[in-house]
Amino acid sequence: MDFSFSDEQQMLQDMLARLVREHYGFEQRDQVQRSAPGFSETFQAQLAELGVLAVPIDEAYGGMSGSGVENLVVMQELGRGLCLEPYLESQILGGGLVQALGSEAQREALLPALAAGELRLAVASEEPRTHYRPEWTETRAERVADGWRLSGRKSVVIGGQAAHKVLVLARTAGEPGECDGLSLFLVDPAAEGVQRRAYPTMAGPWACDLTLEGVMLADDALLGAAGSAFEALDHQLGRAMAAQCAEAVGSMQQACELTLDYLKTRQQFGKPIGRFQVLQHRMVDMTTELELATSMTILAACVADAPASLERSRQLIAAQHVVKRAAQFIAEEAIQLHGGIGMTWEYSLAHHARHLVMLGHRFGDDDRHLKAYADLLEAS
Amino acid sequence: MNIHFSEQELAFRDEVRAFLAAELPADIAAKVRLGKKLTKQDHQRWQAILHRRGWYAANWPVEHGGTGWSVVEKHLFEEECAAAGAPRLISFGVNMVAPVIIKFGTPEQKAHYLPRILDGSDWWCQGYSEPGAGSDLAAVKTRAVREGDHYIVNGQKTWTTLGQHANWIFCLVRTDPEAKPQAGISFLLIDMESPGISVRPIITLDGAHEVNEVFFDNVRVPVANLVGEENDGWTCAKYLLTHERTGQAGIGISKAALAHLKEVARQEVIDGRPALEDPLLRQRIAEVEMRLMAVEMSTLRILARAQAGGVPGAESSILKITGSEIRQAISDLARRVLGPHALPFLAEEMQLEHDSEPLHADYSVAPAAQYLNLRKLSIYGGSNEIQKNILAKAQLGL
Repeated sequence: MDFSFSDEQQMLQDMLARLVREHYGFEQRDQVQRSAPGFSETFQAQLAELGVLAVPIDEAYGGMSGSGVENLVVMQELGRGLCLEPYLESQILGGGLVQALGSEAQREALLPALAAGELRLAVASEEPRTHYRPEWTETRAERVADGWRLSGRKSVVIGGQAAHKVLVLARTAGEPGECDGLSLFLVDPAAEGVQRRAYPTMAGPWACDLTLEGVMLADDALLGAAGSAFEALDHQLGRAMAAQCAEAVGSMQQACELTLDYLKTRQQFGKPIGRFQVLQHRMVDMTTELELATSMTILAACVADAPASLERSRQLIAAQHVVKRAAQFIAEEAIQLHGGIGMTWEYSLAHHARHLVMLGHRFGDDDRHLKAYADLLEAS
Repeated sequence: MNIHFSEQELAFRDEVRAFLAAELPADIAAKVRLGKKLTKQDHQRWQAILHRRGWYAANWPVEHGGTGWSVVEKHLFEEECAAAGAPRLISFGVNMVAPVIIKFGTPEQKAHYLPRILDGSDWWCQGYSEPGAGSDLAAVKTRAVREGDHYIVNGQKTWTTLGQHANWIFCLVRTDPEAKPQAGISFLLIDMESPGISVRPIITLDGAHEVNEVFFDNVRVPVANLVGEENDGWTCAKYLLTHERTGQAGIGISKAALAHLKEVARQEVIDGRPALEDPLLRQRIAEVEMRLMAVEMSTLRILARAQAGGVPGAESSILKITGSEIRQAISDLARRVLGPHALPFLAEEMQLEHDSEPLHADYSVAPAAQYLNLRKLSIYGGSNEIQKNILAKAQLGL
């Protein structure tokens, strides 16, 4: 057993930490977040230049073949800075789906551009009635003479507001609730029949809703064999969930550090409020939850790339449950221990709190994962 | 980053497994699994088996008869023992007073006491808490006054676990009442057969006789029984407490308890179906299982750090808090899953290997008592609130 980073991983972390510190001050972030595209193209270009965007992409396509642990390193630092760039959705989830399902030609066409920062992807897996479960997808793609015709609605596509291509999950067979019959299509958001409505999210990054009305797609828009995307999607969502845990841990670390500093400096009743035992114990509870969440995030990173198995599913679900419960707990406690100041827009803690609570709304909150784990219980 | 045990460690685990399969008496394992009370003889039988294999004193250095195991090997050993249903070792001798004697004792003390612990000649109990000194341990008042070659000891100890079985007690006694609380304490080894000692049972809320009061009335203790310097007993006390805290997460015990809970939940019936299919119970089991997974991963991280030469610090307090909460949560579910069958209170059945005539099932006898008994987990060994004080100070600098 060895839970330390390799020298390369340590260098990646140091480099990113410095970059985030220098370029992601509170003011800059606030400005960026206020208007479309909702992230910093300058910062995104720096991530490309330093090779960070290439980390999760396969070496054969201009990437660095980073593992779940490299994703952990990157996402933790982006989480500390509350960075708004669509790294998880585009590089990890989007890139992972292309790698897993794409033909050689599709990989060649997309992955090198993704690694270089010339292409941004987004993944449209949610709909008005899916509630975190892709098997309830209703959007349909019909076979037509020389391709597919796509119709339906896609909800809260994170990063979709500025994606060059959106990976749209659609049903080519079967009924909502079935895992079979799902397919992934590469859709150009500028194509005819696509309406895109962009907006900021409460979590921080921007997103969009998509209305698809008879969108005509060529044959090569389909990733993988028709009707059989579910397995690969489920596996890639597992990788994304592991990465999201790391993002949350970075943000939780920051929220805990800010709160601890505040307890040591804020004076009331003639002494720092951190001298009061009731607040000390609450701070200890926060760091305890962070400790457990960190442990589960490491576990998730280490199993993220493993082949699908019941054990991997249980570990990833448990990681999501523990991390998301911790995230909301830490967000609420951090605000409470700060008092009124914790509720102000102009203090970064408030934005960590928003992010920590709202990240439960991507890939499912702690209750959703509790239910999922309970369903798998008998097997254990 | 590598979350797996090494080949060598896995081979060690297999060796432990094979030993347990061959040597652990089935009647003892059954009692442990069902949460029944073990007798003194049960404990002694298991200790003797471990001693024969050279595995009783896992934490001692090799030169004194220990195993020389790494922290990971110790963890694997404990986990396998728990999974097999081996009794948890009574730690007062082998894992509490022995490390203090090894660290602070004279050559004569080591030569005399350590072999007697190993071969089971002595059963030790702990004389720390007093009616006026619980979490505030430095407030101990039991007085030891030097008179020639002896100390004359007067006072009272309490919560003395299994003191009724013990022939020796290690005590914190006050030798200098004028000094600051921590400065006037000494660490004294006392023969329980000395004139002037009396032991009175305390029956706890589960109806069990596990703890005792021990009274000292002009008890004469040879000065040779002092460990470390006079008035420097607090150093021994602190050293011992750090030993007491490690391993308190009880990961292996919780895993075994959870497996047993699921087994019972397959047999119990709720709404005409196996209880394990009840959605709410499943979720509650799922919740505790996921948290246990997180505490296990945290334990492994701390072990890996210790293996690499780091000194375990305040983070072991996190394991104590979360590990005890999980064990209590499992014991809560183990009681609930029985429904009305948790109600019968059959004190005598709890001692038996097999029920004479089970009312409901063999597994339904102990869980309510065990739930009540395990309230102790968050109180002893430094209450969970004391652990939080330690973390606030040592880890957070508050």
